[in-house]
Amino acid sequence: MRLRRAFLSPAAILMAITMVAPLAIVAVYSLLTRGAYGGVELPWTFENFRRMWDPVYGAILWRSIWIAAMATGICLMLGFPMAMFIARSGRRKNLYLSLVILPFWTSFLIRTYAWMFLLRDTGIVNSALVSLGLIREPLPLLYNDGAVILGLVYGFLPFMVLPLYATLERLDPSLLEAAADLGARPWDALFHVTLPLCAPGIRAGGILVFVPCLGTYLTSDLLGGSKTVLIGNVVQNQFTAARDWPFGAALSIALMALAMVLLFAARGRGEELL
Amino acid sequence: MPSEAVLELRRISKDFGTHRAVADVSLEIPRGAFFSLLGPSGCGKTTILRIVAGFETPTSGEVWLNGRRIDALPPYERNVNTVFQNYALFPHLSVRGNIEFGLRRKGPAAADLADRVRAVLQQVRLEGKASRRPSELSGGERQRVALARAIVLQPEVLLLDEPLSALDPQLRKQVRAELRDLQRRVGVTFLFVTHDQEEALSMSDRIAVMNAGSLEQVGTPREIYERPRTRFVANFVGAMNWIGGVGVRPEAVCIGPHGRRAVITGVAFLGTLCQIEASLEGGEAITALAPAGTTLEPGQSICVSWKSEDEVHFP
Repeated sequence: MRLRRAFLSPAAILMAITMVAPLAIVAVYSLLTRGAYGGVELPWTFENFRRMWDPVYGAILWRSIWIAAMATGICLMLGFPMAMFIARSGRRKNLYLSLVILPFWTSFLIRTYAWMFLLRDTGIVNSALVSLGLIREPLPLLYNDGAVILGLVYGFLPFMVLPLYATLERLDPSLLEAAADLGARPWDALFHVTLPLCAPGIRAGGILVFVPCLGTYLTSDLLGGSKTVLIGNVVQNQFTAARDWPFGAALSIALMALAMVLLFAARGRGEELL
Repeated sequence: MPSEAVLELRRISKDFGTHRAVADVSLEIPRGAFFSLLGPSGCGKTTILRIVAGFETPTSGEVWLNGRRIDALPPYERNVNTVFQNYALFPHLSVRGNIEFGLRRKGPAAADLADRVRAVLQQVRLEGKASRRPSELSGGERQRVALARAIVLQPEVLLLDEPLSALDPQLRKQVRAELRDLQRRVGVTFLFVTHDQEEALSMSDRIAVMNAGSLEQVGTPREIYERPRTRFVANFVGAMNWIGGVGVRPEAVCIGPHGRRAVITGVAFLGTLCQIEASLEGGEAITALAPAGTTLEPGQSICVSWKSEDEVHFP
């Protein structure tokens, strides 16, 4: 028992320093007043939280939720067949799994830039289509909601595939035989046996994709342009250009609270959080 | 017993890569019979069951159900149902949900559904358990849910893949009688796969003994036991002494004043009987049975004999 505690303590200390302390600082800042040149000063105030009720932020938040939900939904629709394919590919499983994780070897920032090169007016896609004579003017592929969703799906798909794979791999194949035996056609069995039994994986994947998408700022900043401002960009802006740290901190706290509420609502019957 | 065949296998073979799991098996299963496929593990009996269910396609041969060829049909279009070895109950559904699963797809209109579920739950004595999850049931109860889920669809043939092997030995003997009784009551043809010869002998109308992918013998339990057609069947079903190339069952061996001389090498008390191990003059070993109260002891000289009609001969 003592040994176990000794093993855990480095992780516990690291968590305290890198997670609890910054969160505490953010919480304290959210209750302070904006400093003249950035930073924070006294007095204590709830003003930062009151300001959030401005409909502008409500609209941005709603849009952020919508884009995160779209990205999560598309990740599920793409990730489920992928995970099923990998789970049923026998000895090649490990190869396919490493291919899923392969993009992590390069920085997410670089990969997002790569999408800019692909999607911009003079990018590969548009130049190819123009030179083939299929279109005359370049398509507006970049700097819109679609580009942001594409970037998010691309970036977070592995977080959907891996938990889905883990549940599908454990699924007893005789249950699918039983379903067929009892008269269920393949699609019927998919919806009434496979999917319900994969609920924990779907939930885990959904949370792992939705929560980071909700707070994203990099993808929307690079691929979304000026029109697609998400709540993450507003927070980022408060700490940089706007120099309003307390308001940025208050928005972060509110976003976190929202994510917690959604997580709690999404948990399965009798299941723990995550 | 009615002799009309409800299920017919014609020259079925199945290869897995270079391994021939089933080799040219032809079988006729009479309607309403309790038919067992008996053999050691790996003999191909489960593969045959899976071919009938539709989970495997035969490499060659035909499967006919009720005068209709079914070997190319998917499992969900065959009027047969399976009781799986691990039962394969849906863990996310209640007992009722599991039973309704097939009824909603293969069965009658919804109005009839509740009655059918109630009736089958009564048949397998699970009336109070309809809303339980499989994880909340005992092994024996799960086995009965698996049975109920299948027989409620009134299949032409019910396929049972070692359904008793997951139960503890005490329960297994009791369930044998129950299963046999249930089969008689519902009148469904059972195709029962087992490696347990006692199970097959005590429950079946007919037994097909399999070895290494081939049929060794098909017959009633009595025929299989008393007139084994191959050396494999004689050895696999019950115990057999081999004396000079001739087989004699231990219970056919008499210990008495006349016959061949032997020396007792061991006496094992079995409860109702004693098993006597002895060594014949030529050095051959022989097993015989004696009443539980016998005074025979190791080292004692005895004479053993048997009637010639109890001998089994193989070429």
